[in-house]
Amino acid sequence: MDDVVAPATTEEAAEILREAAAAGLAVVIRGAGTKIDWGTPPRRVDLIVDTTRLTGVVEHAAGDLIAVVRAGTPLDSLDFGTQQLALDSPLPGATVGGTVAVNTSGPRRLLYGTARDLLIGITVIRPDGTITRSGGKVVKNVAGYDLGKLYTGSYGTLGLITECVFRLHPVPAARAFVTAAVRAPDLAAQLAAIRAEQVVPSAVEIDAPLDGPVTIAVLIEGTAEGVHDRAARLEKLLGGTVSDEPPAWFGAYPWPADGVGVKVGVALSRVAGLPPGVRGSAGTGVLYAHLTGDIPARLAAFRAAAEYAVVLTAPPSVRDELDMWGPVPGIELMRRVKDQFDPDHRFAPGRFAGGI
Amino acid sequence: MFRPKLDAERPPGYVEPVTTLKSLATALRADLGADRVIDDRQELRTYECDGLAHYKVTPGLVVLARDTADCVRTVKACCEARVPFVARGSGTGLSGGALPRADGVLIVTAKMREIVEVSPADERAVVQPGVINLDVSKASAAHGYYYAPDPSSQQICSIGGNVAENSGGAHCLKYGFTTNHVLGARVVTPDGEVVELGGRAPDSPGYDLLGAFVGAEGTLGVATEVTVRLTRLPESVRTVLAGFESPQQAGAATSAIIAAGVVPAAVEMMDALAIEAAEAAVACGYPPGAGAVLIVELDGPAAEVAAQFAQVTALCEANGATELRIARTPAERALFWKGRKSAFAAVGRISPDYIVQDGVIPRTALPEVLRRIDEIAAVHGVRVANVFHAGDGNLHPLVLFDAAVPGADLHAEEASGAIIDLCIEYGGSITGEHGVGADKAKYMPRMFTDDDLQTMQLLRCAFDPLGLANPGKIFPTPRLCGEVPRKHSANETPAGADLF
Ligand SMILES: Cc1cc2nc3c(=O)[nH]c(=O)nc-3n(C[C@@H](O)[C@H](O)[C@H](O)COP(=O)(O)OP(=O)(O)OC[C@H]3O[C@@H](n4cnc5c(N)ncnc54)[C@H](O)[C@@H]3O)c2cc1C
Ligand SMILES: Cc1cc2nc3c(=O)[nH]c(=O)nc-3n(C[C@H](O)[C@H](O)[C@H](O)COP(=O)(O)OP(=O)(O)OC[C@H]3O[C@@H](n4cnc5c(N)ncnc54)[C@H](O)[C@@H]3O)c2cc1C
Repeated sequence: MDDVVAPATTEEAAEILREAAAAGLAVVIRGAGTKIDWGTPPRRVDLIVDTTRLTGVVEHAAGDLIAVVRAGTPLDSLDFGTQQLALDSPLPGATVGGTVAVNTSGPRRLLYGTARDLLIGITVIRPDGTITRSGGKVVKNVAGYDLGKLYTGSYGTLGLITECVFRLHPVPAARAFVTAAVRAPDLAAQLAAIRAEQVVPSAVEIDAPLDGPVTIAVLIEGTAEGVHDRAARLEKLLGGTVSDEPPAWFGAYPWPADGVGVKVGVALSRVAGLPPGVRGSAGTGVLYAHLTGDIPARLAAFRAAAEYAVVLTAPPSVRDELDMWGPVPGIELMRRVKDQFDPDHRFAPGRFAGGI
Repeated sequence: MFRPKLDAERPPGYVEPVTTLKSLATALRADLGADRVIDDRQELRTYECDGLAHYKVTPGLVVLARDTADCVRTVKACCEARVPFVARGSGTGLSGGALPRADGVLIVTAKMREIVEVSPADERAVVQPGVINLDVSKASAAHGYYYAPDPSSQQICSIGGNVAENSGGAHCLKYGFTTNHVLGARVVTPDGEVVELGGRAPDSPGYDLLGAFVGAEGTLGVATEVTVRLTRLPESVRTVLAGFESPQQAGAATSAIIAAGVVPAAVEMMDALAIEAAEAAVACGYPPGAGAVLIVELDGPAAEVAAQFAQVTALCEANGATELRIARTPAERALFWKGRKSAFAAVGRISPDYIVQDGVIPRTALPEVLRRIDEIAAVHGVRVANVFHAGDGNLHPLVLFDAAVPGADLHAEEASGAIIDLCIEYGGSITGEHGVGADKAKYMPRMFTDDDLQTMQLLRCAFDPLGLANPGKIFPTPRLCGEVPRKHSANETPAGADLF
């Protein structure tokens, strides 16, 4: 059975990884375990490195709108007062490191981007135990390769993230949600109308269940005066209602714990043409689907209608018959990246696209 | 079809016999057409430098690429012959990123100028790399969109160059940099294969190689088509020009605006010397006698902008603004910006030569760092004009000198290096947008450890095991892929290159 270690500092973690390297151990990084079932299961695990003791905010430079945070810190525990790390976590309890490693995102990615955009510096321990940094503590910085982008979404296959530097945003003074039911055939036109309106929404989400009407929910943030004005415009445009709180489905994955969950990426003009049973960011073209019934057929339908459809999670029985990642352009180059960073393929071997 | 061998046979920097370039020229002429290949010594010199004109190397050969296929053929031929290559867009770079190799091929993508598609419904445009930055916005304007990253050079610089440098601009404070606006790229990798990175939707599966490619300064391959995000034009734009007695006060006003939770589209600052130069060059009519000016611009929904604009002007006044001018017309707004955007060129009016630095500091350190820059200027006996993106702490100190005065260039260089050290001391960066290139490679070890740099090299080795793509840039010491760090390797400067 595999061992679990929980280092409390970057140096301690580096020491552990150096020893693991010397012993040739296969290593899997675990955050809070919220996405424990994401990706393909690793082929081999000898050592689990748990980050939940690597916690805390190292620095919050309010005047510079940046914060340095240890990787095991739960995202929802962060409190920067009148400032915020504008990252939504669809799964409560998720760690900062896990969120970066999987590049999960929520509704507000429309305005703020994702971990990829908010991360300005990163400390990573390479599989051989070497501590390395890239980026820095200033938002604007083009010195050297932007390795933070490479680690973001790498599912722990390139190294252990121990510290992240983020750009922060002010917490807006006011917010409002405009929610409206729309007939499926009108969805494309309604989404286009929102884009045309120049109201700069923070989120444009849709919930299009397999049966029943489609709902659009738009989040508006800003000054009290501005939010009132913009929400009123949208209310009129969509024939919707304005509220302070989001609808229950807003920002939640549409699948149950044991369901088949898929992430879909699609060009904006094709959002309305996706098969029913989707929910997510119509404003950016990143949505989620819960597959039921003839799962391979439904997956194929999504792949045909979108740029990509990646199975994030599925029960083991289903997993075996699915191509979880689908086609991945550039996979050969990705293998070469893995070979360079983890030549012995010891970090979560097999978890990633193309068996990486 | 050429199949490059992936073993490194020779160190980068090894100088090929001239015959290699000659036969390469012959082969490429036959392959691409005679008008695509330049090997006339006089014509080659047109390409000897980028915007950083004191570095000059006459390229061994120039290829004027028309399309992806031209780039593939050229890169494959380089690979086969183990000849280095450098991509070049408009050649406006300020770090010597497109500095050619005397023993290599310069692949010019500036002629690849087609805007392939503008799709407002997808909020995307697909362009060839030679397309000029501003032309993307022009092509999108009729649809109510624009391309947000706006380097001051946007009338001449290319999207390919922007992608390679991860270029910024005044409005990146609110909207982010090139990397936040590029969705996909078709790339010819250094072994001549074509790969599509990213796509029309964000978060493409697999490693974010696009994110790594943007800002890699042409060391990971040649971009031959780029998909960019278009941004909806703002409903309202309001701009104020504020005069202050000192840059310190202007810096304090900037901090106050940010602390109030306002995210302006842009906050730009110029000091007295920079104002003097801009007045001389473009008569922008800035407040006479001001020790510093701030340009603060807000954009967005009208009600939002109106509320925050009042806040911004009040904060400027509270921090000692001596004069506030609010642009009433687009023409007035353009004039405010004209002074700022022409500042680099304008410095030519008050000094024959200058070095521009691009260091970044935490915004809150601004007043202190400006005082220290004054001290550095005094110690080295140089004048420094300050023009910068105050909102994100990106300084552009222009160190003025007269190359005709013996030793002046050295003093300027020393002052410049001291300013870089200052930025690092305050936890900042050696470059915010101009890139490392050939110019700042020597400063990289001041910001990163050997291990950090070696980790970056791992990425380079994955893309370019032979080290042929723009070698000598970014990294202070070239290394062979697979080589143990710290080992010695060949000198980078090719013998016989006109490097001065
Ligand atoms: C044979 C086998 C045995 C296993 N045994 C166990 C077990 O006994 N206990 C158990 O909990 N799990 C076990 N796992 C699952 C384990 O691989 C989880 O998938 C892993 O814990 C995923 O992280 P998470 O979902 O907990 O973290 P999340 O925080 O949700 O992270 C999600 C992803 O990010 C990566 N990640 C998280 N934090 C970082 C970081 N700081 N740096 C880099 N990458 C990071 C993770 O590796 C994972 O891919 C086993 C898997 C296999 C194949
Ligand atoms: C007056 C002036 C003002 C400026 N203001 C700004 C500013 O505000 N913000 C800013 O960020 N920069 C600014 N710059 C710098 C410069 O304009 C930018 O770096 C620009 O992106 C360079 O584009 P280019 O087409 O001229 O590229 P080049 O100078 O030709 O090349 C720059 C780099 O890109 C690589 N490259 C070019 N094309 C490709 C391609 N197709 N594929 C791969 N690599 C490629 C080159 O190898 C080189 O490393 C300014 C320059 C000047 C002269």
